Amino acid sequence: MNKPRLNFEHVGRSTLTTFMYTGSIAILLGNIMAMLFQKPRVKQIVKHITKIGAESLPIVSLISLFTGMVLALQSAYQMQKISAEMYIASLVALSMTRELGPVLTALIVAGRCGASITAEVGTMKVTEQIDALESMGTNPINYLVVPRFWALLISVPILTIYSDIIGMIGGYIIGRYKLHITHHMYHRMTFDPLKHRDIYNGLLKSIVFAIIICVIACYEGLNAKEGAEGVGKATTSSVVRSFILIIAADCLLTALLYFIGKT
Amino acid sequence: MIEIINLSKTFGGKKVLDNVNLTINKGETTVIIGRSGCGKSVLLKHIIGLLRPDSGQVLIDGRDITKMGERELNAVRMKIGMLFQGAALFDSLSILENVAFTLFEHSNTPMPVIKERVKECLALVGLKDVEHLKPAELSGGMRKRAGLARAICMQPEIILYDEPTTGVDPIMGDIVNDLIKELHDILKITSIAVTHDMKSAYKIADRMAMLYNGKMIIHGTPHDIMKSKDPIVQQFITGAAKGPITDAAGIDDLGNILQRVTATGNQTK
Repeated sequence: MNKPRLNFEHVGRSTLTTFMYTGSIAILLGNIMAMLFQKPRVKQIVKHITKIGAESLPIVSLISLFTGMVLALQSAYQMQKISAEMYIASLVALSMTRELGPVLTALIVAGRCGASITAEVGTMKVTEQIDALESMGTNPINYLVVPRFWALLISVPILTIYSDIIGMIGGYIIGRYKLHITHHMYHRMTFDPLKHRDIYNGLLKSIVFAIIICVIACYEGLNAKEGAEGVGKATTSSVVRSFILIIAADCLLTALLYFIGKT
Repeated sequence: MIEIINLSKTFGGKKVLDNVNLTINKGETTVIIGRSGCGKSVLLKHIIGLLRPDSGQVLIDGRDITKMGERELNAVRMKIGMLFQGAALFDSLSILENVAFTLFEHSNTPMPVIKERVKECLALVGLKDVEHLKPAELSGGMRKRAGLARAICMQPEIILYDEPTTGVDPIMGDIVNDLIKELHDILKITSIAVTHDMKSAYKIADRMAMLYNGKMIIHGTPHDIMKSKDPIVQQFITGAAKGPITDAAGIDDLGNILQRVTATGNQTK
């Protein structure tokens, strides 16, 4: 008799937690927006752009290059059967700009920088540094979150474009040297079907992903519980939740942009 | 003057502060004593507006800070310095940037003046040539002193000390006590310290108060505290293992624990 009630309790509690979490995230985002244009901390923004953007370049390069290569190889397996290898270039270009570039970059940044933001902010929380900030009349969201928000908003779209280009180069290496497509043909088949809209859609996605990464990472850090274990849990939670939300937002945006594109 | 009136705060169903009343006169050093986890730091965080009470008031110079908005509260905070338990220096900033944090954030003071002010504050707490170092490069005692330098940088009217001697060796603890006393004598600041270190409390206090089970059970001079007939106060200030505090908390003394362990050992033989 107890079991169904327990299940109902569990469902109820989970629903309540989800709504509270969503509400808290919305409040944090609202606070960020309210402070976004208050006296920009340029020095801090540049520091975070270096950490988030410049230092992510090697890993973004590596993953994008391999993804472009694998995409070309996997599609070649099918395309060769119908003698349509030249379309591999278009497939790689469109997949990278519309989908893989933004998503892969966001996942890399969430794993690499989102986790680091949560750990840093979380450690500040448990060592009372955030209380110290407030006690000195400085708003922690303005001091800690807003510069990171700007840095992600600038870095992630740039990294996305970079990832698109490197992915296409990966595809080119396979197309040119394994499938023996001529340089001219590969170039034409890459850029002919590519519309401005494809790039804008990818960039729009990357902006949404940057917002997700920043808000989740900072929220988890600001709400880390006492001690090293608390910071560890917050970091794990930040990465997992960012990944889920990025994929969910990608699905939603893809559908939305698809329907907008059709009309 | 700081007045705490009927202050109550509950965390997760546990009443941490229960109708606390306390008056702290200008220029006095008041030490709040009590067991770990009794709500001393929570009380301190209410005084600087880091926590909002469930009910009650905190009046600083007659103005209730619990009802203030962020901007107004920040203006009051400029008059208050706080030394946190672990110093809470910002890891990513140098000692200079830490000590002068408020100057950088809330003033347009030119750099040479800031450097001079930081040097002065560090000298007051007995530190020299550490401006360019990061907090991680300092020892625990030095970090506490740098935290104290940060607390006095804006020439506050009130300083709050959260466990000033915790986490440092006894000699450094005594040095920190001397520093608090000297700063109080030189700068004529109103100070509130929370501690469970009785040696430190006697050394720095003009007045003392004890927090127990969320209530302020005594308030008076160190002499009044020492002479108190209250068994709870007596157990705390003498640091006795047996008494009403440990009885109420269900804590056994070592003799009872040993007896039980021996009895269990005999049964298993």
